[in-house]
Amino acid sequence: MSRPGITQLARALRARETSSRELVAGALARIEAQDRVLNSFISVAAGQALAAADRADQQLARGEGGPLTGIPFAHKDIFCTAGLRTTCASKMLADFIPPYDATVVSRLAAAGIVVLGKTNMDEFAMGSSNETSFFGPVRNPWDLQRSPGGSSGGSAAAVAAGLVPAATGTDTGGSIRQPAALTGITGLKPTYGRVSRYGMVAFASSLDQAGILTLSAEDAALLLSAMAGFDPRDSTSADLPVPDYMAQLGEAVAGRRIGLPKEFFDAGLDPASASAVREALRVYEQLGAKLVEISLPSLALSVPTYYIVAPAECSSNLSRFDGVRFGYRHEGAQTLEELYKKSRGEGFGAEVKRRILTGTYVLSAGYYDAYYLKAQKARQLIARDFRRCFAEVDIIAGPTAPTPAFRLGEKVDDPVQMYLNDIYTIAVNLAGLPGISIPCGYSTGLPVGLQLVGPHFGEGRLLNFAHLYQRETDWHTQLPPAVAGPGA
Amino acid sequence: MRAHGFPPGVINGPVAVKLTPQDVEHIAHLARLEIGAGEIDSVAAKLSSIMSFVDQLQAADTGSVEPMAHPLDMAQRLRADEVTEHDQRDLFQRNSSAAADGFYTVPRVIE
Repeated sequence: MSRPGITQLARALRARETSSRELVAGALARIEAQDRVLNSFISVAAGQALAAADRADQQLARGEGGPLTGIPFAHKDIFCTAGLRTTCASKMLADFIPPYDATVVSRLAAAGIVVLGKTNMDEFAMGSSNETSFFGPVRNPWDLQRSPGGSSGGSAAAVAAGLVPAATGTDTGGSIRQPAALTGITGLKPTYGRVSRYGMVAFASSLDQAGILTLSAEDAALLLSAMAGFDPRDSTSADLPVPDYMAQLGEAVAGRRIGLPKEFFDAGLDPASASAVREALRVYEQLGAKLVEISLPSLALSVPTYYIVAPAECSSNLSRFDGVRFGYRHEGAQTLEELYKKSRGEGFGAEVKRRILTGTYVLSAGYYDAYYLKAQKARQLIARDFRRCFAEVDIIAGPTAPTPAFRLGEKVDDPVQMYLNDIYTIAVNLAGLPGISIPCGYSTGLPVGLQLVGPHFGEGRLLNFAHLYQRETDWHTQLPPAVAGPGA
Repeated sequence: MRAHGFPPGVINGPVAVKLTPQDVEHIAHLARLEIGAGEIDSVAAKLSSIMSFVDQLQAADTGSVEPMAHPLDMAQRLRADEVTEHDQRDLFQRNSSAAADGFYTVPRVIE
């Protein structure tokens, strides 16, 4: 079995070797056959998808449409889709039918993409293993006993297993890059403000950013070109022109400086993952780039800072779920307060409740300065480290995650251990920078991700570096056992 | 509850911030979140472990640092004061299990 990406599928569609209907029907059949085990989808919209595929085929027959027309696709179930249930993997929103589309959804629809359904995730994107989903954990196609990472674990597993060639994700502390690393695919988290947050269920508004999980950097560049850009409906959307990411893909990297933060290669990093990353960096040296050791001295502050800032914003954002206007409602409450408390107590899962409580605590009277204000200052120190480094280097490289995929259940009872999984990704969100994870080898037979971090709005450079690496190597085309089949 | 934990330089020590069951009940009330009586102790233990972990920030020297609320150096945008949304009340209320006559219904709040 093969696992073609968007670029190959678009070529086949243009050449009339296949039709969108055929691609979509094939994807629906793979979901039917494999997803009972993987559990990567929460909702599948077969009828809508086939109708959209037929429209795409008519466009293509007229010689119209672009590179995304007719391509099967999935959205993380955090993006509002008009008329299609959007659950955020929570009991709270299990029956929520959005009255409107997220900007990401409407932009990709305008580009002709065909949405097959909504992918599983950690509840409200709070988790690093996909185990907090109300709809059950997702399994990693590389080893069904292991987690695909999170929170965009459903999108990652669906793309890695070849159910769809690409899917959206969101990344608040590593939720695109870490699952991409753990499932051996490409995951791009753009600069904060590059892609609209409108219609994306909010978790931590100063950190949340939409991005994509794909089979190659080239596919990511195609998708980002369609998704990125100013949106007046998002108050923190960046009002900047979108560069031509495709044109930049092939640029030479000779003479470019790659910064390696020594803190990224410390004792906490799995040795086999470290070797895979160092081996990957040699490819860039052969392409003429120069490796430079740098330091991010405040990196150790990033996880504790995040677990103050993100829960604080979460407790505020999730106060909208009151059991009244939409979402789960406890029946039989005698007072308004009881309605709120019971609807929220029954509608949210354990990790979401922990974060609401943590956030409420750090924002409460007497603790605000000691925790929240302190964290905002630490955040400034972390951002300052990156600013200083980007004065010396063009790009920063290191591992995406400290270990390859861990077993389902392994960290579920220890929130702090789970939080530490995001040690190399979280600082990037705090500083608002773009990052990408690309597969670069294996540790104990499981994929390892190379993380590249760029300056603000440096997505073009990230995609360029990732694309050149993927031209020299074939890690990104290697299939997990669940796709390759027995004996492969 | 205490706001200050480790002395400077000590990182990742034992549980340094301890939330009591009463603390949890207080925070849960502020958050309008019901925590079952049987869960309070385990929630208190997990929150204590999280707060002890984040408390290592107290050791960071942030003396004259400007707090950072937003990752990009941007000001809040203003828009023209024009009506841009039309009335979609009926559509929106379809997501409520307790809407009637254009209103949302809740338990009686005024006797």
